[in-house]
Order: sequence, then C-alpha cells, then structure tokens
Amino acid sequence: MAVPGTPHRVAYINVRLLDPASGLDAPGALLTEGTQIADLGPRLFNDGLPEDAEVVDCGGACLAPGLVDMRVQLREPGEEHKETIASASRAAAAGGITSMVGLPNTDPVVDDVAGVEFVARRARDEKLVKVYTYAALTRGLGGREITEIGLLHEYGARGFTDGVKPVGNAQVMRRALSYATGFDTVILQHPQEPRLSGGVMNGGELATRLGLPGIPRLAEVMLLERDLRLVEMTGGRYHASLLSTAEAMEAMRRAKERGLPVTCDTAPHYFTLNENAVGDYRSFAKVLPPLRGESDRAAIAEAVVDGTIDAICSDHAPQDQDAKRLPFAAAAWGMAGLETLLPLSLALVHQGRMSLLELLKRLTLNPAAILQGRAALEPGLPADLVIFDPDRAWVIDPDRFLSKSKNSAFDNHPVQGKVLRTIVDGRSIFTLSETAAAD
Amino acid sequence: MSETHPSREPPGFPHRHLLGIEGLSRGEIEFLLDLADVYAAKDPRDHQRSSLLSGYTVINLFFENSTRTRTSFELAAKRLGAEVINMSVASSSIKKGETLIDTAMTLTAMRPDLLVVRHPDSGAVSLLSEKVDCAVINGGDGSHEHPTQALLDALSIRRRKGRLAGLTVAICGDVLHSRVARSNIYLLTTMGAQVRVIAPPTLLPAGIERFGAQAFTDMRAGLADVDIVMMLRLQNERMQGSYVPSVREYFRFYGLDQEKLASAKPDALVMHPGPMNRGVEIDSELADDIDRSLIHTQVAMGVAVRMACLHALLRGEEPPEEGRA
Repeated sequence: MAVPGTPHRVAYINVRLLDPASGLDAPGALLTEGTQIADLGPRLFNDGLPEDAEVVDCGGACLAPGLVDMRVQLREPGEEHKETIASASRAAAAGGITSMVGLPNTDPVVDDVAGVEFVARRARDEKLVKVYTYAALTRGLGGREITEIGLLHEYGARGFTDGVKPVGNAQVMRRALSYATGFDTVILQHPQEPRLSGGVMNGGELATRLGLPGIPRLAEVMLLERDLRLVEMTGGRYHASLLSTAEAMEAMRRAKERGLPVTCDTAPHYFTLNENAVGDYRSFAKVLPPLRGESDRAAIAEAVVDGTIDAICSDHAPQDQDAKRLPFAAAAWGMAGLETLLPLSLALVHQGRMSLLELLKRLTLNPAAILQGRAALEPGLPADLVIFDPDRAWVIDPDRFLSKSKNSAFDNHPVQGKVLRTIVDGRSIFTLSETAAAD
Repeated sequence: MSETHPSREPPGFPHRHLLGIEGLSRGEIEFLLDLADVYAAKDPRDHQRSSLLSGYTVINLFFENSTRTRTSFELAAKRLGAEVINMSVASSSIKKGETLIDTAMTLTAMRPDLLVVRHPDSGAVSLLSEKVDCAVINGGDGSHEHPTQALLDALSIRRRKGRLAGLTVAICGDVLHSRVARSNIYLLTTMGAQVRVIAPPTLLPAGIERFGAQAFTDMRAGLADVDIVMMLRLQNERMQGSYVPSVREYFRFYGLDQEKLASAKPDALVMHPGPMNRGVEIDSELADDIDRSLIHTQVAMGVAVRMACLHALLRGEEPPEEGRA
C-alpha cells in the first residue's frame, strides 16, 4: 500500500484500452497516481509491475474514459423525494458515469450564483461523481430576461438552458446567443415550438386512437431551424438537446455543413423505442419530446451512427410513483436513465452498426468537448474511468436501480453490457458486487 | 492649435444646418474646432457684452428632456448676444409626426434665425430642417447623431493631447443606442484617429466595423494601449435582462475601474458625455480623478463649441475675434 506522503498508485492490468481521443483500442494496462492518469499503453508493465502500486486485474474488460452525461435532472433542491444529488451520484456511478450536468429546473431554479455554488458544494460533500450544473438562460425560466451569463460562467455554470422549457421568444434567444459570445459558453435548447406543444404524445394515428392530444413532429424542426438561423446571425455556440425526428437530423446536417457552431444530442430511448411503447397508456413511456414513429427512431439511430448526433445523454428524469401512476395526460414527463445509458447505447455496437470506440466518443469525448472539458486516456488528466464488460447480458429491473425513482420504460428489457467499476479522480466509487455480477 | 495639412479646403463652414458629423470634411471640422478654441480661450466674462448675434433669435426646441445640452446652448447663444427662447414639447400626448410638422410651421411664422432641436426619433431633426426656413442645429436625434457632443469631445481631447490624428480612442458601452458614439466615430475617423468600440455583443450594432471602428467584446483587450477611453451611458431599463442581465454583471465586465484602465496607456484620459451612472459604467473615484478624467473639461468645452457652431452658421463671414469687447 501507499507509503505516507506518496500518492496512491493503482495498476489496472489486463484491460482493453479504449480511448476515442487517440483512437486507441488495444489490450494493455493503465496506471493511476493519486487523482491522475500516470501512464498507459499496450506494453505498460512489460518490465514488471511497480511494487508500491495496488494491482487490479480486470480480466480483459474494457477500460475507457468515464461517461459524461450532459443532461440529468437532479431534483435537489426542491424535490428530494424523487432524487437527491447523493442518490443520483450513486446511480450515475453504477452507470459508469463520472461527470454529469444537472438542468437548472430545480426549486429554486438555478439562475444565480448561489444556485451554482449549492450544487458544487453538495457534490463535494458526496465525493462521488463530478456533478455540475447548467444555469437557467432566463430568470426563473420565465423566457424573458437573460441571466447573469458572465458571472454564472465564471462561477462554473457549464452552459445555459431553460431545461425542459424551450425559449420561444426569438428576440430573447437572439440576444442570449449574442451575449454569450462574449463569454465562450454554450446555450442549450430542447427545441420544440411552444405554441404547438400542448399535446402529451407524438401527434399522429396512435394519438388519435388513444384519444390523446399530440405534439406534431414538426414542432421540433420548426424551433430548431429558427435557432439555427439565429446562430448564423449571432455566431453564438448552440447545442440542441434531445432531438427525436428525421427532419431535425436533416437540419443539423445542413447546419454543420455550413460550418455553424452547433452540436446536438439525443437519449437512448429515442433510438431504442418508438411511440408504440406508449401502448395502452403506459405513462412510463411518457417523455419529452415524445417517442416518435418507427421511421424517426431509425433516423435517430442512423444519426448517432453517422455522427450527426454528437452526444448521447441519459436525460435522467426521475419521477416518483405518484407522479407517474396517473391518467396518461396527467402523468409527469420523463424516465430514469443513469443506470441504463451505457447498455442501451451499446445495442448499436452489438447490432454491428458502429464500433465501440465510435460509440464511446458520443458518451465521453464529445459531450466533454461541448462542455469545454476533456475526457481521454492521457497522462496528467484526472483518472475518471469506467471499466465494463460490453458483452455481459442482463435484464433491466428498475426495482434494483440505485436512483430513488424507478420510472423506466425499459422494465424487463434485455441488454448487453455491464459496468464493473467506476473510478473518479483515481478512486473507485463503484464496484459491481459479486451477487449483482451473478445475475 | 490647427492641424495643417496640404489638402485643406478654404476656411469656412459652407452648410446651412449642422445636422450631423457624417459628411463633414476634415477641414470643416477643423474650422469649427479652431473657432471653438478661440472661444474656449476667452474669459467667460469677456462675452457678457458680445454683440456678434445681437438681434438674432435662437429657439431651443426640445422634444426630449435635457438639462445640460439645453443650458449649454442657451448660455452659448446669450454670450454671443442672441435672444433665446426655450420650448419643451411633450411628445408623448400627441402623434409625433403631426406635432413635429405643426410645430415647424408655427415656428417658421415666428421667424427665428436658428433652431436647436432635440428629438427622440432618429431623422426627426433632418425632417424638421426641410420644413423651416432658418438654420437648424441637431441637438441629438434618437440613436442617430449628436454632432455638438462629438465636437466638444474632440475639442477636449485636442486641447489636452494637442492633436486627434494618430490617437487611439475606445468608445465603451451602449454603442447600439448611442448617438454620441455614432457622431464620435464619424468625427474621429475623419480626423485620422483610430477608433475602437467595446460593448457586450448585444449592444454592438450590426455592421459597426464598416464605420472604420474596430469592435471588441473583451474590455481589457479593447482598452490595450488606448489614449482615450470614452464611456457611454447605459440606461437602466436595458440592464434588466433584455440587453444586459444586470447592473452587477455590467459593471463587472464593462464598468471602467482602475484595474481595467490599467490596460490603457499610462496617460490615457477618461471621458463621459454625462449624466454618469456611477458604479454602473464608471467607478466613482475614477470619474473624479482630475489627472485621468476629462469629464469636467467636456462640460466647459460644450459652451465654447456651441458658440462656434452658432457663429459659423449665422455669421460665418465674420472672423472669430472682434476685439475683446
């Protein structure tokens, strides 16, 4: 063990090193020293293991930068019965996530420096995954007055968004994008034209059959295209969250071809499920934007594969039973996602549609870059790592989630890929227990 | 004090009105500044019995509240011996277009020699000048121009620095809505100064680089090695989330304090057209620092510049010195 005064060293041997930043995908080993990555490579320790290091034999499992989840609803402060920063951190750790960013739609809203500091302090107290927050783009999420973007950025807000509420006022969005260019930060928007968004599920035949009001698919691309025009006008950096339609993918492709500073993400449910999951008024499948038809689901999967979609986020939206066990229209939006992000995403690899390295880029390198961070296997970087078995098959059982909330539409869904260990700043914060491993 | 150069036109001011700085030549601007310099050098008490404009009538027609500009014009006209009438027109109650034209007609019937007009709408002073048969000075129209402010700023700089050409001047703040900024950009670039504008991106008007000004959103970068820092007033209602999130954030990033001023040249001078928002766009102590602040000089130069403008438009053929009366 470590000699007092020297940093703790851990040698992870017998791993498959996966680093999307360098393109490395090879068997090897990695050494951490204190909080940082000290060394790595296929031939590391060929001359023998260091005597003072703790050795972890990973049995051939994958070792990659820890997942960066850029869209999580923390629910603390204000709705601690649904989730807390502590419970979300434990769930994230179990999901292989080493950094996550909360939306500002807590109670109170994170629209001032104190709110940003609160999240930072609570995360420090928990000492688990790295928890960051976005700040609200407009005061009180009211959609009218921009927040103190400069000061909040200095205090560590990772970006600015009104969360689940789109900014419908074009003048407000224009000024926000313009103002933010002075501070090199990103504005995130879940694009959905507010005036067309009174429904509760995807607009179309199924909504008609169920007698539920629909949200038309075009509500998404309409606001997205408006925002892309404003980006062109202002030069502001813009990230579209949770895209769900084929038209939005076309708009993003065109915008990227024109060289606009734009990126986007989606969540696993948008390339895994379609609106049929709503089935017989199943409120666990009520998400925002709504699950779309099969052609949209396929288009989103294709966009993840071809890179139009830069990042995959969990869109973790914990809700208690009371909020979900309601008539469909009255039920709360969202599903818990921290613990299913990796295995659901790995399906695209198992289907042979993309390489593991490419998928990990969407889960680590890209979201970190959008948030102006770095997720890579490089000496000197923080040792934020995930060790996982990409092939291990299991069946999702929300009752076993570490999250306080169990609202998932993936109950009984068979997946492949299990997180074995999660490491933050060189310290293991999650290790799969033997009983869980026996599942 | 005059900056002589080969292409200098014949002296004089060959315009009927002073509606803006845009379009004035270097020689015309210099003529006004030189004339103003003569008035600035005089002891104010010497003007008491000046009769240059004796028998002339000047009307200050203000559609927008102003204390210092109106007072400055009034004093200038009186020191030259003119009759001065002040008219304040509340523009809120009646339809503005009607009021403006109606007022012009009424005033023409009174046969004034010169109107000083301030109006909240850009272009309104020019419109009015077409409807009256006397000289018109623009005392500030909307976000368009405020020519006498730019002239008094230039005179203040020239008297302290000895020149305008070759200086680097940073104009900071609400450039988007500022007529002072526009007039100053026209004047300073015409006179051969380098002009920078510094503002949050939301307060930088579109196409400002085409005016010959270099735009900055980072104040320290924008202030690097400048000779003159010209601060602009930012109205409170624009700091509540529309253009700027808050007063606190504005002062933090765009308020002038000693620390940001350290990027400028050691002998850089600070200016403000007034009225100042202390603690918003400018640190209070800095505003009162007589070694750095030209703010009081600006007010003093205001009267001299307006005397020169009245003189040039009404008695342009007369030499500036008619003896120490």
